[in-house]
Amino acid sequence: MATGHPDDTSTLSEDDYVETEDGTRHRSAFVDRYPEAARIVRICLGISFAAFGVGALFGLIQALHRTNVLRVIPSSDYYTLLTGHGVLLALVFTTFGIAGLFQWASTRSLGIEPTSSKLTATWLGMMTVGTLLAAGTILAGLFDWIPASADVLFTFYAPLKAHPLFYVGAALLIVGSWFAGASYFLQYREWRSENPDARIPLQSFMVMTTMLMWYISTLGVAVEVVVFLIPWSLGLIQQVDPLLTRTLFWYFGHPVVYFWLLPAYVIWYTVLPKLSGGRLFSDPLARVVFVLFLILSTPVGFHHQYTDPGIASGYKFVAMTNTFFLLLPSLLTLFTVVASMEHGARQRGGSGYLGWLKALPWEKPAFAGIALSGIMFAAGGFSGMINAGMNINYLIHNTLWVPGHFHLTVGTAFALTLMAVSYWLVPQVTGKRLQLYGVASLQPYVWFVGMVLMSNAMHRAGLAGIPRRTAEPQYDQFSFQAVAGSVGEMRIQIAIGGTLLFIGAAMFLAVMLATWTMGKSNSQLRVNGYLPEPMSGATDSPRVLDNLKLWAAIAIVLVALAYGLPLFDMVADGVLSPGSVPVPA
Amino acid sequence: MHVHRFEKLWFGASLVLIVAFIGTIVYGAIGPGVAMVGDDGGTIDAATVADGDFGQTDNFRSPGVYESSDGDGVDVYIVARQYLFNPGTAQPIEVPRGEEVTFHVTSADVTHGFNLAGTNVNTMVIPGQVARFDVMFDETGEYGIVCHEYCGSGHHTMAGQLHVVPQSQFDTTAGGDN
Ligand code: HEM
Ligand SMILES: [Cu+2]
Ligand SMILES: [Cu+2]
Repeated sequence: MATGHPDDTSTLSEDDYVETEDGTRHRSAFVDRYPEAARIVRICLGISFAAFGVGALFGLIQALHRTNVLRVIPSSDYYTLLTGHGVLLALVFTTFGIAGLFQWASTRSLGIEPTSSKLTATWLGMMTVGTLLAAGTILAGLFDWIPASADVLFTFYAPLKAHPLFYVGAALLIVGSWFAGASYFLQYREWRSENPDARIPLQSFMVMTTMLMWYISTLGVAVEVVVFLIPWSLGLIQQVDPLLTRTLFWYFGHPVVYFWLLPAYVIWYTVLPKLSGGRLFSDPLARVVFVLFLILSTPVGFHHQYTDPGIASGYKFVAMTNTFFLLLPSLLTLFTVVASMEHGARQRGGSGYLGWLKALPWEKPAFAGIALSGIMFAAGGFSGMINAGMNINYLIHNTLWVPGHFHLTVGTAFALTLMAVSYWLVPQVTGKRLQLYGVASLQPYVWFVGMVLMSNAMHRAGLAGIPRRTAEPQYDQFSFQAVAGSVGEMRIQIAIGGTLLFIGAAMFLAVMLATWTMGKSNSQLRVNGYLPEPMSGATDSPRVLDNLKLWAAIAIVLVALAYGLPLFDMVADGVLSPGSVPVPA
Repeated sequence: MHVHRFEKLWFGASLVLIVAFIGTIVYGAIGPGVAMVGDDGGTIDAATVADGDFGQTDNFRSPGVYESSDGDGVDVYIVARQYLFNPGTAQPIEVPRGEEVTFHVTSADVTHGFNLAGTNVNTMVIPGQVARFDVMFDETGEYGIVCHEYCGSGHHTMAGQLHVVPQSQFDTTAGGDN
């Protein structure tokens, strides 16, 4: 029984209403059923979106500055903003956004509230304080009279040195996210005690496999920060080994991209089919995909170090092979997502070889944003295959190609998915109907066009050898030669694309702000949280898929194989040598 | 577990694609001989490099361009530091066309990058490590060298030049400190 609201893409489930004694029917949205979880999701999304707003502003300034279109800061401050952009977007916006999404997914699929409010307060507190410390030390770099700065970029390679509070902030953010994970696991344990024989609900399964991957991979950066960088920035140890700390960073630095991506996949697998008007194809295959990510995500970090001296080519080759096998779950996802959309479209009366595409609800912001982010991800996956190729990588390593690539993946596949799903989810966790619906419907397209311009120009600029992370479009000693098009035209595209992206970000934030402040609570929502059962359900899959301990153990063994020897090589001559003193000392 | 026929097909096709990718790279390594920067450059005391005192190290000489000891090609020793390449920035590096050029690049302070813009001559320059790799330039010409790893607030000023000249004009003393 559709209710006639524009966003009803599938029928409301009976579960979405509760009947009271006098026979009236009341709305039963997520916030009505799980007020505590809804509050946590609201806090997480609020902080995430605030970070997004500031980060997007920095992005705009960068895009205009490095193309010489408009300069509002001196070039030496460029790196302060770039550090802010990287940290606020790639670390804060993502981690809080994911914590919120996972709290929702875990609660919704298990059907119980978070078990410990103390634990919740702990992780929210740690992550928030961490963010404030890191952002504070970065911004302090803009003011000469504050004796702190952190112009070390979000990769914070030693021996560039930041204020100790920056590292403490980063550590708190990460360790806080570990506690958030613990909270999802406790929810699961409670559910398990009441459902000893049932299969793990799909979303909870996805949340837990992703968090297991996160635990294994963040260990590297945690060791880097806690064992080396914090003592070193405090002056307790005099030098660190730049190659070793760099390796520990990248041990985490690739899996982190799957930590960004998998929550988007959770939405693509569980929400997108419904928004397209259908249902997921196969629950078992979705589980296989997440298990593959858990196993394969971590032993690949050396592919960020193909051009590093001091690491034998053989280790790089092993990482490359693993990296290519990691393509498998993404290719499987591509299949499932497209097939689910097609199925949905045909349910809605679409037909024809490609004609079904027209039957999809492109005018609805949640669907349009998620579908567009999937399309961009396909392009990003393609440029990622180039990055992964050991020898082709040498052409584009550290050029603008690289930000061109990851603005398609984390900057769109994740970011646009989070924005789009917010159009569907925020009404459910606030109880308020989405405001500025017209702006919301247009927003994904603005982001899409902006990203097509910025990212294609960045990719081509990279092929011309234009480096990433530089404040100047040109060097005194030579000029860049474009392979296709002209360098001037690429700059214009980056500037226009960056501006459109910023406008897209502002539109999104306006919708969120309006919904939060102007929407009436307890309104009849245009969306509902009902997710249809997959065509092929969990019971079709072998039980071993649910054996998380087994998969985690295999993942750890693979990590030990890929990293054991190279790390041993690096520390065999002493953990701090060949060392380097801090700069600035 | 029920897996749809199309899903199986797709799974198989994906695996074939992946193996093919790896194949092309293996081919690139053993066929055309695309070599990687590895660990054969060895390590070096970053403090020694910072002092400019290379007498004590056996795998690095004073920055400059040298005739190879085995008489085949040249060796180029480069030190990167905030914010210049020595040689490269103050005076261009000069190498002969058609001979094997072995680069040895290290850093005196933070991590830098060394990229001949628009080519695949590309390495990280990490303190304590020597990046060692061979390049053969088939044509004469000029290349821009750019530091592509953020190395401090003057990162965008760190650049240099490399000139490939005919063998007849090549002179080992040009473009170096030696
Ligand atoms: C308003 C939208 C955005 C604009 C205009 C923008 C623009 C840019 C530009 C021009 C750069 C290159 C700077 C350089 O290498 O010199 C950059 C870097 C970067 N962007 Fe964005 N961006 C936007 C959104 C995002 C989003 C949504 C994310 C991630 C969720 C993101 C993550 C990053 C990261 C991680 C870097 C690299 C930072 C580094 O190299 O340290 N950006 N961005
Ligand atoms: Cu540099
Ligand atoms: Cu630099």
